[in-house]
Amino acid sequence: MPANPLPDAEQLLASLTDRMRPAVGPDTGLVGIHTGGVWLAERLHRALGIQLPLGTLDVSFYRDDFNKKGLRRNVKSSDIPFDIDGCNVVIVDDVLYTGRTIRAAMNELFDYGRPASIRLATLVDRGGRELPISADFTGAEVSAGANESIELARDAQGRLSLQLTGN
Amino acid sequence: MWLDPANPQLNKNGELHHLLSLEGLPPGVLRQILDTAESFVGVTQREVKKVPLLRGKAVFNLFFEPSTRTRTTFEIAAKRLSADVINLAINVSSQSKGESVLDTVANLAAMQADMFIVRHAASGAPYMIAKHVAPDIHVVNAGDGRHAHPTQGLLDMYTIRHYKGDFTKLRVAIVGDILHSRVARSQIHALTTLGCPEIRVIGPKTLLPSHVNRLGVQVYADMRQGLKDVDVVMMLRLQNERMKGALLPSAQEFYKYYGLTEDKLALAKPDAIVLHPGPMNRGVEIDSSVADGRQSVILPQVTFGIAIRMAVMSILAGGQR
Repeated sequence: MPANPLPDAEQLLASLTDRMRPAVGPDTGLVGIHTGGVWLAERLHRALGIQLPLGTLDVSFYRDDFNKKGLRRNVKSSDIPFDIDGCNVVIVDDVLYTGRTIRAAMNELFDYGRPASIRLATLVDRGGRELPISADFTGAEVSAGANESIELARDAQGRLSLQLTGN
Repeated sequence: MWLDPANPQLNKNGELHHLLSLEGLPPGVLRQILDTAESFVGVTQREVKKVPLLRGKAVFNLFFEPSTRTRTTFEIAAKRLSADVINLAINVSSQSKGESVLDTVANLAAMQADMFIVRHAASGAPYMIAKHVAPDIHVVNAGDGRHAHPTQGLLDMYTIRHYKGDFTKLRVAIVGDILHSRVARSQIHALTTLGCPEIRVIGPKTLLPSHVNRLGVQVYADMRQGLKDVDVVMMLRLQNERMKGALLPSAQEFYKYYGLTEDKLALAKPDAIVLHPGPMNRGVEIDSSVADGRQSVILPQVTFGIAIRMAVMSILAGGQR
């Protein structure tokens, strides 16, 4: 098996945590995007000692490719267990690519209320943006081919790793 | 033909294109609808109870037979998906001018309809419409004659799963006028597909179809025997017009033998739940103390019905051709 060309996800998460630490306050709310973003958000929530409970989003109902691709199976429930109004939200996702998922996530968040601010934390940024969206906190920038997909995986012990699929 | 000829509600990839009946739908499709509905229940608890999935789509409610609750829940569901909804009560407009069902539908399709929600007194009417519409139009059966009422069956399955979990451990009783009930047929097909091991139907012989045991159910004429140790009691509405014929002596007589009272319900498991598709005839098929009692899940059924219809419409509208 060839060596994984992608950086170690656990190390990236540690540096992402350090970068986010100065920006966290009592009204910071973390919202993870299913599924990889939720795994990261759970770890960040614990490591940063966030006081507001963790929020999760499944953006399937807001995706702009519904008319092309339909509804994905196994849509999860979105759950924002705190008051979004006036809150400083940090959206957490595993891979930032076209920016369309983040656009959908912001649209959904505004259906819960009016946050004071929204920032974006992502483990890796692979470029290729199609919308004017950028991350505020990033673990690392990586490059991958247009036909390749980078996905976060979690093993039985809860260890995170990055996987490259396709060619 | 790109639809499966054996089951014209599925496309060649086994995905739902129309929803006409729960009969013949694979368990994976039923579970997909129930799981998707679960995510929509979350949407209906938010400040903004809308998602943009069906923005720009036109959903026509075609009701050739009167209905308040079903039409309203379809309307709410479509609006929460951001669709434009047009309600048509056909019995009072073009049908009275002699226009055929297919002409009505063709005219509405020319108005750029994306989905038809059809209720009709004739069994099979939604099939006929589905057969004749353009391939990018979806049809949902909202009740046809004695045949099927698939979204009611689905919301009943959602309600049972919500309160009881695993279908493979449940004993379920369906009580009342099985013969004329499209709801009962849809319930039996769905319960069987989802692996329910024991389905009982309870009712007077005159209100049971002669072939009912062929559906794989156990038949009880005695309600007290039939309710013993069940987990779920699904009551059916007794339609008043049945009283006029020779099928039933009187509403009082029916209530005495087949009305769900507290003492009859006590024979079921202590944590059994009671469902009813509505509208209820209190004092005919169900006693008020049971309808409003702690085991009743009749109002949650209505709420879940909106999420189920949102799930069905979004799965259909997003389907591939």
